[in-house]
Amino acid sequence: MAIATMVLGGLAALGARRPCLATRLGSGGVILGSLIGLVPAIRVLASGSAEAVSYTWSVPYGSFAVGIDPLSAFFLLPVLGISALAALYGTEYLTPYYGKYSVRGHWFFYSLLVASMSMVLVARNAVLFLVAWELMSVASFFLVTFEHHKESVRDAGWTYLVATHVGAAFLLAFFVLLGNEVGSFDFDRICAFGVPTSAGVLFLLSVVGFGAKAGFLPLHVWLPEAHPAAPSHVSALMSGVMIKTGIYGILRALTFLGPPSPWWGYLLVAIGLTSGIMGVLFALAQHDLKRLLAYHSVENIGIIALGLGVGVIGAGIGSPALIVLGLSGGLLHVLNHAIFKSLLFLGAGSVFHGTGTREIDLLGGLLKRLPWTGVTFLIGAAAICGLPPLNGFVSEFLIYLGAFRGGAVNDAAVVGTLSAVIAGLALIGGLAAACFAKAFGIIFLGEPRSDLSRTHEAGWAMRLPMGVLAAGCVLIGLLAPLALRLMAPVVAQLAPLARNVVRAELMTAAQPLAVVARGACGLLAMIGALALLRRRLLARRTIGEGVTWDCGYAQPSPRMQYTASSFAQPLTDFFRIFLWTERRISRPSGLFPRSAALHTFTPDTYREKLYAPVFRGVVWGLSRLRWLQHGRVQLYMLYIAVALMALIVWKLG
Amino acid sequence: MNTAGYVSWFLALLLSPLLLGIINRTKAFFAGRRGAPLVQAYFDCWKLLQKGAVYSRTTTWVFVSGPVVGLAAVSAAAALVPLGSIGAPVSFAGDLILFAYLLGLMRFFTVVAALDTGSSFEGMGASREVWFSALAEPALLLGLAVLARETKSLSLSGMIFALTGEVWTRSGIILLLLAVALFIVLLAENARIPVDDPNTHLELTMIHEVMVLDHSGPDFGFILYGAALKLWVLSAILVGLVVPVRTGNPWLDGAAVLVGIMAVAVLVGIVESCMARLRLVRVPQLLVGAGAFSTLALILALR
Repeated sequence: MAIATMVLGGLAALGARRPCLATRLGSGGVILGSLIGLVPAIRVLASGSAEAVSYTWSVPYGSFAVGIDPLSAFFLLPVLGISALAALYGTEYLTPYYGKYSVRGHWFFYSLLVASMSMVLVARNAVLFLVAWELMSVASFFLVTFEHHKESVRDAGWTYLVATHVGAAFLLAFFVLLGNEVGSFDFDRICAFGVPTSAGVLFLLSVVGFGAKAGFLPLHVWLPEAHPAAPSHVSALMSGVMIKTGIYGILRALTFLGPPSPWWGYLLVAIGLTSGIMGVLFALAQHDLKRLLAYHSVENIGIIALGLGVGVIGAGIGSPALIVLGLSGGLLHVLNHAIFKSLLFLGAGSVFHGTGTREIDLLGGLLKRLPWTGVTFLIGAAAICGLPPLNGFVSEFLIYLGAFRGGAVNDAAVVGTLSAVIAGLALIGGLAAACFAKAFGIIFLGEPRSDLSRTHEAGWAMRLPMGVLAAGCVLIGLLAPLALRLMAPVVAQLAPLARNVVRAELMTAAQPLAVVARGACGLLAMIGALALLRRRLLARRTIGEGVTWDCGYAQPSPRMQYTASSFAQPLTDFFRIFLWTERRISRPSGLFPRSAALHTFTPDTYREKLYAPVFRGVVWGLSRLRWLQHGRVQLYMLYIAVALMALIVWKLG
Repeated sequence: MNTAGYVSWFLALLLSPLLLGIINRTKAFFAGRRGAPLVQAYFDCWKLLQKGAVYSRTTTWVFVSGPVVGLAAVSAAAALVPLGSIGAPVSFAGDLILFAYLLGLMRFFTVVAALDTGSSFEGMGASREVWFSALAEPALLLGLAVLARETKSLSLSGMIFALTGEVWTRSGIILLLLAVALFIVLLAENARIPVDDPNTHLELTMIHEVMVLDHSGPDFGFILYGAALKLWVLSAILVGLVVPVRTGNPWLDGAAVLVGIMAVAVLVGIVESCMARLRLVRVPQLLVGAGAFSTLALILALR
């Protein structure tokens, strides 16, 4: 019903003539549908039991089977919640585009995307799942290419379309192999089947297929192209929520494949480490705010994969603590990332809306002009760096704790892997802090680096979603033990453990979190007390104002400030073997040099060095076949005749 | 919660500025000077708290929140650190992660406060700070992970309590490697020679000091005190590791650790007197070296 509301709203939006009305209908449909959809999701999470409906469907092998179990319900929360908030944001964000681009089409595809994402999560039949999956990809393609007059946007859409379909091809293979073995495409039958013989191959297929959507390295190349191209609330939806359907897919696949082998866990950890570290390194080197955020999605997907990897390793060695901590950490990070990444993308959109640029090095001093955006962006930035007392810390804490717990077992491979998880998370955390200190510091602090006099803060429809998401970051940070209790049915469904064991392990995990939560309150109280003390101390003293101390320069100018590029340069230089940053330098020359300039640009290594040659090869190979296609109808008739003849000969012979 | 543990927190809050005095006295001794009084840092803090302040017109509330959040974070971190077998007031499984991330919170706010001034020098310091700490972080957490494995405990208090002389005889070499790694991390995190020179007045070469150039009055007092506290907490962990005095009487053990912390301050002073600051491009090698020590300890622990 929720899905129906959204589709109806979308259709109505398509039919509406004026963009204003289309916006109202489209976003209204999504918001209403999401609210309706949240009810069963929360009910399932609270009760822990599944609900399902099934209809027959005229598609071969397909049946219109839908159902909500705790796993679906858990993923439905961010999908519906973020979609509603982003839709509200979009109503204002899109106003400058009225008349220039098709707002009607936008809202149609937006509601289609939300509806298909929900469908992916509740589908209980492989054919239905794949149809919804495809619909999701196509709808998001049209959302990415919203500003289709720009060539860069069309390029990005094209990259996205190719990547998503390569991924879908692997999924098709996955479901065909699995369905062939089981003899049915219904998820219930597949689950009941037991362990498929080719579980390892199936797992690999699912990691590639779903990983392409999730953005695992090196399948991430579409992310940094598509996210900046799309309108900001769509980037928030795609980056915060849509890529999580990939994670959902892998988890769903795990429920099909029986008890996991240990190497699955090692593979997930390896993927997590490379995605996490490379993602944040690429992010550091970016100059475009939304591109930077897109690479951080790769990083956070890496962290989620680390959590799942820890859980799967735990299943491999039969350690309940590891399973529960890893899975719950990874899952909670799914929710957390949805919240803070959407918040950051909406913030980036607000910056773009207010200033007209996303180029970090052109901004500066925005906190005074966009106070609301600035505060919420700071909260999101601190949360994504995993700093206490916010939500990012809680999920990373669970993953760390799992890795530390597992350090006590007597298996060198396990301990080595888990120590790599710890060191990797620490490195990722340090680099993420560097990256967001740069992003927040350069954009919102200091003096403007270009003329930003016409900058304006967004209206309430854009500010409200940001405020809600920022509050979410704080609340999950402070109420972590409660959030963990909410996840008990989800973990119980995924973990090969008895329900009471899961519950007991989660209780043990919640104990430190309760102390962390109390500590967080203590920390906030201490901050308050110190701020008060400072105010009291300064109450009757002289407080001077002046210019920033710049070592005695008489005329400091904003152009002398450290830029984002200079801030990140030591780090990008240090990791240059991974980054291949291109630089164009014009050196100062002569006794009185007039000008000097340095431009850096960091392309995606994988795109340039891995895919570009492969696709060039494919194009070359296909162009060799061009002689087949002349455009002469007679020749095509000949082809058909020859093919028919060959078939007859084959059939008779 | 551990009531006796409040003693170790209280001592940390009370005695930490003393460490700065000890370091300065040690350096003065090596240079043949008399040096400032041991309690100079207390005088400095007190004086700064009495003063007014000057703010740049460029800055916002973020600039003010830097010292406040920083001091609150490091005080909270100090509540997790035990003093030998006098445990910490708060200890739980995984508190070492919270400890590391509280220091991270302090750093993040110091860095954004520095960027808030718009000064290129402070930007430079901020950039170096995040660069070095990103490399120091894995060394610290990996080292603590090995320690957790050796002592079969997941809290700082539990780990340090379990580090008896017997553990040292069993796996002394591992602990020694960890101690070296932790000492390097301590020097880097506290902006000490050979990573950073706290006494230089050349903005171009500094890290921590240049980030706080624009702070004054009570804000700067908070920063000074927070820095001293950070030095204390990291020293307390290091000493808990290398001084395996576990007599059974917590107060005796605590006294041994107190002496040890003072000794670390002397050691820092000696290092500062005997070494020059490394070139900035060499510092990452030092930090990666600390990471290598931690990794080596892990490999040995896995035998």
